[in-house]
Amino acid sequence: MSGVRVLVGTRKGAFILTADGGRKKWEISGPHFPGWEIYHIKGSPADPDRLYASQSSGWFGQVMHRSNDGGVTWETVGNEFAYEGVPGTHQWYDGTQHPWEFKRVWYLEPSASDPDAVYAGVEDAAIFHTGDGGQTWQELPGLRSAKGHLWQPGAGGMCLHNILLDPSNPGRIFTAISAAGAFRSDDGGESWRPVNKGLKSDFELPDPEADVGHCVHSITMHPSRPDVLFMQKHWDVMRSDDAGDSWYEVSGNLPSDFGFPIAVHTHEPETVYVVPIKSDSEHYPPEGKLRVYRSRTGGNEWQALTKGLPQVDCYVNVLRSALAVDSLDPCGVYFGTTGGQVYASPDSGDSWMTIVRDLPAVLSVEVQALP
Amino acid sequence: MIRVVLPTHLWRLAGVGREVEVQVEAAVTIAAVLDALEASYPVLRGTIRDHTTKERRAFIRFFACQEDLSHELPDAPLPEAVVTGDEPLRIVGAMAGG
Repeated sequence: MSGVRVLVGTRKGAFILTADGGRKKWEISGPHFPGWEIYHIKGSPADPDRLYASQSSGWFGQVMHRSNDGGVTWETVGNEFAYEGVPGTHQWYDGTQHPWEFKRVWYLEPSASDPDAVYAGVEDAAIFHTGDGGQTWQELPGLRSAKGHLWQPGAGGMCLHNILLDPSNPGRIFTAISAAGAFRSDDGGESWRPVNKGLKSDFELPDPEADVGHCVHSITMHPSRPDVLFMQKHWDVMRSDDAGDSWYEVSGNLPSDFGFPIAVHTHEPETVYVVPIKSDSEHYPPEGKLRVYRSRTGGNEWQALTKGLPQVDCYVNVLRSALAVDSLDPCGVYFGTTGGQVYASPDSGDSWMTIVRDLPAVLSVEVQALP
Repeated sequence: MIRVVLPTHLWRLAGVGREVEVQVEAAVTIAAVLDALEASYPVLRGTIRDHTTKERRAFIRFFACQEDLSHELPDAPLPEAVVTGDEPLRIVGAMAGG
């Protein structure tokens, strides 16, 4: 591998950070789309120079962009996300039913094999697909049939913020929605069911073990073991060994099991990363110390990674899509903060450096290894 | 020709200058001007009004001749000064704090 490209979405534009394989010296390009909220940028595994970006604004709505040259130039593609049929309703904050309304694209998951095929997770929660490079988007409406009338927005909106494609089973897709839970399709997105058994939301739900309604913050898998899933829930770090059919807690010795992102080491399927946050009402690290926690045992036993990270007076947050790993050896780990810092570890988390420290609040971080 | 002044984000998105001109064949209304604008610059579809319902986005305003026309019906005629090109229709991102 000749290097890495880190794709950073922020509240006020996108930034592209590049380095050679040593991952010590960085070049920063941006802001791309200055002034717009960039919820997610992601590259196609089938063509690393094909990037997709979700650009949104409270004033001007949703715009989608595509690049064919690794983010040097961009072209607009389709921005019409129309729900299939009569959109129906979901639960509103006051318990009434509220019509589904498209607000923005939170998450993009390009196909592993086709640069023109991409899934998009949106708010109000639904999943869309394009097969023509983003020119047109079609909803997979079966997802909203999975008890959608009971879904309810969390504080950040009712967003579909995670899509995982099973590399060994083209029909299997996982999604996560706040605040509805995790869902799985085994038929390419045609039909879906909730996969939330074992999740407990004692403080958030009247029935702590309800089928839907859990505030899942992030889910991830290692591609070599797609039946093993890890989840950062609102509170609790969870694990499933049966593709979501059942979950058990692996929070172990974490100083707080509240948090947003979760990631798995590229070469070690039992090595997992989280960033503990103090609580649901205090969205910053416990004790003002920014610590990534790593488990090499698939959970329960966690080790604080602090070398190079601020250990005093640090009160930033790390959002759900703002943690990523690269595929180099040793595995690189990256995350961005609401304070605008982007940190990188070229040695699996043992030590950290600041790539850039004064960006707008970081919403998402993705990384590509470049050939 | 009808003159239309765009907010910064939208003229950058469309790759044009701050002011553009559009041709409107029928009655000069906000709806007709937006139809012509979106036909000339398809990238603006969905950014000023909803794709399907054609409702104005909540934080978009339409000003002309020192008047706020945002709450006029989309098919209401625009002022004569806009029709003659002496004054532009201004599409504005509303003040929204932050």
